[in-house]
Amino acid sequence: MSSIIQVKDLNKDFGEIKAVSNLSFSVSAGQVYGFLGQNGAGKSTTIRMLLTLIKPSSGTIRIFGMELQKHRKEILRKVGAIIERPDLYKYLTALENLRIFGIMSGIKISEKKLMDQLAMVGLADRAHSKVKTYSQGMKQRLGIATALVHDPELIILDEPTNGLDPQGIADIRNLILHLKKDLGKTLVVSSHLLSEVELIADSMIIIDKGKKLVEGKVNELFDPSETVVEVKTINDEIAWEKLKASQLDQFILNKRNDAILLKLHREQVPVVMKEMVQMDIGILSFHSKHSLEDYFLSLTTANQHVETVAN
Amino acid sequence: MWKLLQIELFKIFKRPRTYIAFGAIAAVVFLIQVALKFDGKSYIDLLMSNLKDSFDFNDDFKLDLLNGYLICFVILNTLLIQMPLLVALISGDSIAGEANMGTLRLSLTKPISRTQYMLVKFLASVIYTVALLVWMAVLALFGSMLIFGTNDMVVLRSEGIEQIQSFDVMWRYIAAFGYAAVALTTVSALSFLLSVFAENSIGPIIATMSIVIVFTILSEMNIPIYDQTVKPYLFTSHMVAWKGFFYVKADAEGTTINGSIENLPAIMRSLSILLIYIGLFFGSAVWVFRKKDILT
Repeated sequence: MSSIIQVKDLNKDFGEIKAVSNLSFSVSAGQVYGFLGQNGAGKSTTIRMLLTLIKPSSGTIRIFGMELQKHRKEILRKVGAIIERPDLYKYLTALENLRIFGIMSGIKISEKKLMDQLAMVGLADRAHSKVKTYSQGMKQRLGIATALVHDPELIILDEPTNGLDPQGIADIRNLILHLKKDLGKTLVVSSHLLSEVELIADSMIIIDKGKKLVEGKVNELFDPSETVVEVKTINDEIAWEKLKASQLDQFILNKRNDAILLKLHREQVPVVMKEMVQMDIGILSFHSKHSLEDYFLSLTTANQHVETVAN
Repeated sequence: MWKLLQIELFKIFKRPRTYIAFGAIAAVVFLIQVALKFDGKSYIDLLMSNLKDSFDFNDDFKLDLLNGYLICFVILNTLLIQMPLLVALISGDSIAGEANMGTLRLSLTKPISRTQYMLVKFLASVIYTVALLVWMAVLALFGSMLIFGTNDMVVLRSEGIEQIQSFDVMWRYIAAFGYAAVALTTVSALSFLLSVFAENSIGPIIATMSIVIVFTILSEMNIPIYDQTVKPYLFTSHMVAWKGFFYVKADAEGTTINGSIENLPAIMRSLSILLIYIGLFFGSAVWVFRKKDILT
């Protein structure tokens, strides 16, 4: 698969603050690419750089094989986006908003096409209502319709499920999957909700403090045969020392405030548990987790731990 | 470009707040016209109070003076001072309003250059300003001509009065309104520049008015040290030069010369200064905006 987006050594400084640091990644055509990180990790800054809203301090961005700054108009003609909230002209109707952003996208769009677009996001019957009368979920769907109005090849959605109820989240998820599977679009979806990305993304990147922690295919990064085990003990300090001094050291992922995290293959779980008992570690609980959420937390907290130790 | 301009105008004229300015102008013009219709003689008496020792005006002459042309002159004198606020309401909102609504970031992800975006926004503000002036001309000039009729126009000046024959008036108004459009565009450009720095429209509107008020006070103050050093460079000093179109040359006998302007070079100089200001304000706005990171 060819790369639609290629980012290399991207940096962005806001004065003393380093928002994005030496970030490199690539997005292949026809896939949903998850862009993950906690709030403030640098996701929105990176996405804004992909959309030319923010100028990088250094580094290169190539989209559709062209350098972004040199071929901005040409590239943006083939890109649709919503950034954070889907803010639109509240005093205008959905149809008027869609028409405006359609014209701004540089193509002639018929009234029928606009109505089709609204129908796709389930807003055809409210086409002539002013946006100020819309619920958050409806605004979000209209935002997506404005991103899609010019039939872009690449769709960038920054936190598309923010502020939505479970039904709204499910609707957006289904829409993303429809865009990928039925229309062959490439999507970059940023989120801090890993459970969402887990369900829709083919590949993903996890960033923290503007730096890449990990990038790859979701099914490879999140190996179902592996598990993160959260161990709570009577005395974490003693338990930590004993584990570090033992052969179990290789399984330690990191230490949180109230637990030690181990990364194990499923078959290793009972063996390690038995060994810890034999080492006289006072185990309170031994909890095996499978979700990407834990994987993400283990990575980001590990990153924080490393920094703390370094400092 | 034309499509984008149409969009901007559509957005401006779809907003209820746009019509506040049109309503305010209509209200002021109407109030002045009503007052002068019913008590115009008192106003003329007041206007001529300094001259009553030199001239003897009878009541018929006073009523002749009170015609549509003079009423429009009075209205222009009153309203053109307030107009900057009305213009700033839209220009100050131009970029800052979009930032505040969150639509700026969406607009700038479209394949439009930032310079083009700014140009369209500014042109829309200028068209709005011209629309306000046309509205004012319709109400103040044509409305007054309809209500009060037309006659020779008398202009009161510090050294006396001058009479412009009725057939010689209309082109002066066209020129004056044209000049006022440039003067108000200067305010619009200032407000537009300030709008680039803000994330809500209140800031640029208040800042514009503050600058206009401070500059106007400086322009009006009679302090010798400012006369040559500061005043000639303030745009507010040149905004009132539209009056120059109503100051006519006189021959040796003191009779006004039809079609003449007393000091056309001064008007042209003022016009040039305003155009330079517009260029500076707009150029700076584009320069800043092109470099700006959109974080809203």
